[in-house]
Amino acid sequence: MSTSGNPARVWARDLAFGVRFAVGGGREGWARTLLTAVGVGLGVAMLLLAASVPAAFQSRSVREDQRVASYSDATHAGPGPHTLLARDAATTFRGNGITGELVRPDGPSPALPPGLSRLPGTGEMAVSPALHALLDAPGSALLRERLPYRTVATIGAAGLSGPRDLYYYAGDPQLTTLNDNAARIDHFGASSSEQPLDPVLILLVVVAVVVLLVPVGVFIGAAVRFGGERRDRRLAALRLVGADRRMVCRIAAGEAAFGSLLGLAVGAALFLGVRQLASDVTLYGLSFFPSDLRPETALTVLIAVAVPLSAIAVTLLALRGVAIEPLGVVRNAAPRRRRLLWRLAMPLAGAALLYPKAGRGGVSDTVGEIQVGAGAALLLVGLTALLPWLVEATVRRLGGAGSVPWQLACRRLQLTPGSAARMVSGITVAVAGAIAVMTLMSGVGTQYTRPTGQNTAQAQMAAYIDLPKGTDPGAVVSAFRGTPGVTGVRSATTAVAATVPALARARAVFARKHDPDVFADVPQISLTVAGCPQLEAYTGEHGCRPGSVYLIGEGDSGQPVVRPGETIDLAVPDPAATSAGSARPWTVPATARTGTAHVDATGAQHTGVLATPQALSTAALADPQVQISLTLAPGVADAPDQVRNTAVRFDPSDPTVMLSATDTSGPFSGIRRAVLAGATVVLALIGASLLVSTLEQLRDRRRLLAVLVAFGTRRGTLGASVLWQTAVPVVLGLALAVAGGLSLGALLRAISHTPGGYDWSGIGTLTGIAAGVVLVVTLASLPPLWRMMRPEGLRTE
Amino acid sequence: MSIGHTFLGLLESGPRHGYDLKRNFDERFGQDRPLAYGQVYATLARLLKNGLVRVDGTEPGDGPERKRYAITDAGVTDVGRWLDQPEKPEPYLHSTLYTKVVLALLTGRPAVGVLDTQRAEHLRLMRELTRRKATGDLADQLVCDHALFHLEADLRWLELTAARIDELASEVTR
Amino acid sequence: MTPVPVPDPGPDTGDLLMVATGLRKTYGATPALESADFSIRPGEVVAVMGPSGSGKSTLLHCLAGIVQPDGGQVRYRHQEMSAMPDAERSALRRGEFGFVFQFGQLVPELTCLENVALPLRLNGVRRRPAQERAAQWLARLEVDTVAGKRPGEISGGQGQRVAVARALVTGPRLVFADEPTGALDSLNGERVMRLLAAAAKDSGAAVVLVTHEPRVAAYSDREVVVRDGRCRDLEQEHAA
Ligand SMILES: Nc1ncnc2c1ncn2[C@@H]1O[C@H](COP(=O)(O)OP(=O)(O)O)[C@@H](O)[C@H]1O
Ligand SMILES: [Mg+2]
Repeated sequence: MSTSGNPARVWARDLAFGVRFAVGGGREGWARTLLTAVGVGLGVAMLLLAASVPAAFQSRSVREDQRVASYSDATHAGPGPHTLLARDAATTFRGNGITGELVRPDGPSPALPPGLSRLPGTGEMAVSPALHALLDAPGSALLRERLPYRTVATIGAAGLSGPRDLYYYAGDPQLTTLNDNAARIDHFGASSSEQPLDPVLILLVVVAVVVLLVPVGVFIGAAVRFGGERRDRRLAALRLVGADRRMVCRIAAGEAAFGSLLGLAVGAALFLGVRQLASDVTLYGLSFFPSDLRPETALTVLIAVAVPLSAIAVTLLALRGVAIEPLGVVRNAAPRRRRLLWRLAMPLAGAALLYPKAGRGGVSDTVGEIQVGAGAALLLVGLTALLPWLVEATVRRLGGAGSVPWQLACRRLQLTPGSAARMVSGITVAVAGAIAVMTLMSGVGTQYTRPTGQNTAQAQMAAYIDLPKGTDPGAVVSAFRGTPGVTGVRSATTAVAATVPALARARAVFARKHDPDVFADVPQISLTVAGCPQLEAYTGEHGCRPGSVYLIGEGDSGQPVVRPGETIDLAVPDPAATSAGSARPWTVPATARTGTAHVDATGAQHTGVLATPQALSTAALADPQVQISLTLAPGVADAPDQVRNTAVRFDPSDPTVMLSATDTSGPFSGIRRAVLAGATVVLALIGASLLVSTLEQLRDRRRLLAVLVAFGTRRGTLGASVLWQTAVPVVLGLALAVAGGLSLGALLRAISHTPGGYDWSGIGTLTGIAAGVVLVVTLASLPPLWRMMRPEGLRTE
Repeated sequence: MSIGHTFLGLLESGPRHGYDLKRNFDERFGQDRPLAYGQVYATLARLLKNGLVRVDGTEPGDGPERKRYAITDAGVTDVGRWLDQPEKPEPYLHSTLYTKVVLALLTGRPAVGVLDTQRAEHLRLMRELTRRKATGDLADQLVCDHALFHLEADLRWLELTAARIDELASEVTR
Repeated sequence: MTPVPVPDPGPDTGDLLMVATGLRKTYGATPALESADFSIRPGEVVAVMGPSGSGKSTLLHCLAGIVQPDGGQVRYRHQEMSAMPDAERSALRRGEFGFVFQFGQLVPELTCLENVALPLRLNGVRRRPAQERAAQWLARLEVDTVAGKRPGEISGGQGQRVAVARALVTGPRLVFADEPTGALDSLNGERVMRLLAAAAKDSGAAVVLVTHEPRVAAYSDREVVVRDGRCRDLEQEHAA
């Protein structure tokens, strides 16, 4: 039959045959093809999403760079027709970060940021659509109070990092360049500010990508095999009418290719659908425009070619273990014992690729990335090769002893350990990968998560307010005292001074050169003015009275830079100063005591000169800053926003911070969250495929189930046997996953050169989630099982 | 096969001449062997003697063919008894059974009943043979099996006929 | 087994093991049974014959409590079956009934011995004694040589004899056999029937034997014909 015609024609004919089987074969055939297509489609959509990630981040950061307020020539550019004053005015509302820019044009045609056709005038603002919605939301009264401008325009997409970006430009007539209040700029847009990622983080990203994509591959492989047993029976029927082995393989290949091509189409459609939804979704503070999600061309081509090819490869590989004879299907997989040796080779090869990189402190070059990525992938995929052997070896030892459900499950597993292993291999890979990432992260995490020294028991918020000229710090403090939700306020006023000779020299130079930079080079002495309780806390000393002064050493030497009785100059000009001003001397009292620095609630140390207001009046300080730490009433949800509203009365750029005991590096926490979210999605995906194959197995056994019911088997007995049948491979798979994941994690940690323990609670959570997925799948398969356990199954077709 | 009962059954639908009876019989049941005239009149004479038929009328002229025969009440009862009573199961019964079924249809009696009665009788014998087989030696078994296979063939025929009885009825009474 | 109180005494079961009256069952628009009557005495073998699609299997399923009839009653030893909850009927099937089907009834992954022991295990018998009893039954049905093999590795005739052993291993009072020889050649069919009939007789089990083969039906004591969903009990008609 296959001898006629040239090879290409024969191939084409047989592939077409396969396609006909994929679409023909009645409802059942279509259902199977669709199932494969949807499974492959889900995987393809994931791959396309992954392929869009680089472009998405790229276009996002390009737009972010485009709106950076910049100036062409240094600080001293004078006002011109195109210049404007700009000041960063970021704030936070209910945990949402809002970024904004206060602007004040100098001339008639100021530079415009992207997305705006004109700058907002005095008291006006332009807002992003998301901020517009937030402002209009019923619970946003505090935000409307904080941004008391009239909305006159909406910022276009070109000026937003993403559709959910909260951004505004507001016209503020009070901006000056004095006191570093605002900067004079002449255009928006900066060249890329991208800083290279830390080598350890690159390692983390590479591994995370591998860990998320390998299970997707395994999932696609499983989807291609949906309905395999039925297909084999049909192929056996074809053999009966004279098809030879090669022809049967080609037909199967055609069927698989068709299913996966359909899957590609489904995947593309799913991807396009998801893309449209992208603008409504914020994931961990990131949002993307649909147009941002552009899969890289090379990766897209790779997906389009690799998916059908690997579908065919998987099919042919699966057919290798099955003899399709004219009189039926013979599975020679069972008698042939699985060999451990070559199955161990793959993970070992992976380890061998990883090991030489140990102690390098991460990866920094492309070759290293590929080597580590390939090593991790080999190790993970190797686990799926090891799993069938493990299942077979274990199950062979399980006797038929025990309850009836247990016996049924054991015997079934003994007969088809391969399909059982296949069912859980996806979960094994996903969990192993996630454990590896978590192990690496718990090591890296200790590096990237630092204690801040902040004491959140004493204070939950702090504000740093540059005191406007002529304002009394007491007014600031009482404003916070009167803020709803605030139960305690502590304040200190800080400023800088310099030694008299140093500042006198700088004034002399400035008189000649008019360069304010000379003042920046003057060594500064920190000044802190606060009440006695604070001073005692800052210094650890007792016995403070009005008029007390403490001298605290800075740096490691701990030697105070000023001595009692010395005179210092309080009038340090600011860096943008146009005049040198005149000296304002102050003599440190001879009674000043020395002490050591102590950390306050905000994690800061106060050094230099610490004085009570009676000893040093805040009115004498140059550019004083009031540092406020606040205790909030627990349970008052909008207390932080009330505090921010108070703070912006003194400084529109929201000078408040929330205190927290630890600080996690931005990219690190992003990767961690992305990995957890990805692992969850992948596990859900695998759960779906597990459900499909469980149902398929049950449907193939419908007649047997009906017979068992006929002779009085309880539903519970069969349900329990299904549970055992899934649970045994899952337990083995999870054990393998934990072992493999910890090994991979340990190797990666050796590469990143990070110390730290294992994240046992995380591993427990993850295995728990995986076990939960299996439980849910089993429970979800019970109703169909009950339905199949009906006498209809006894009918013989 | 009982020609007498067949004649009675044919007469049940109305009086007939001997010649008509012969022609009817040959058409339906005679297949390739037509009845001899001698047998026709011998049978009729016996039926007459037993009081199952009576002479309905004689046409002018000579010879037995001028006599017209009609069935008596005793004759009707006799036909019914004959139809209800299963034949002794033996090979090549079909012609008798077929005759019985057709006559039952012709005379408006339940034809399926005839078949069911017969299959019960067949099965009774088959059971007996099966029992004998269980206790006998191999020779016995083989002999029994021979009979069983023949009986089975008959039984299958009975089943098939039962399944097609409506078809047959429409053909016979046409 | 607690007898279920029935307000309507129903047909007099007398010394009968099971009596069914006026059974009706419709699948969608297809009437499978229309007013079928049936009865069986203890230890009796009743053949249910009839053309394919006449409702034989449906009758058997209704009698065994596998499907609920739309109308009519089934009384088993003075208990009204259709009034029982499913769990109770299942228990009845587990303890009092045995089943043999045409094919595909053995659990493919269990050995023949384990298959035969299965009903005992479902009844709570421990593994060792269950397998001992099963082994005896395999020997009784002349298939002890295949005890350790899986159903896929034995012949059809052996498989049916294993199935018969499984149906009888619990010592049921009533065995339902639906075309037990339907997939066998005459010699093997004969052998299965001889062993089934003899074993049932020995253990006093009654058998409802659905078949369309006269030579198989010849192993019965009595015959019932199903035609178009109606039962004709020939013997009862004769007696009447
Ligand atoms: N589960 C079912 N669903 C629909 N129709 C059924 C079902 N079971 C049986 N039937 C129909 O009921 C009739 C009797 O079927 P069955 O009892 O299996 O006959 P038999 O066993 O005598 O061949 C047939 O027409 C059959 O198609
Ligand atoms: Mg049937």
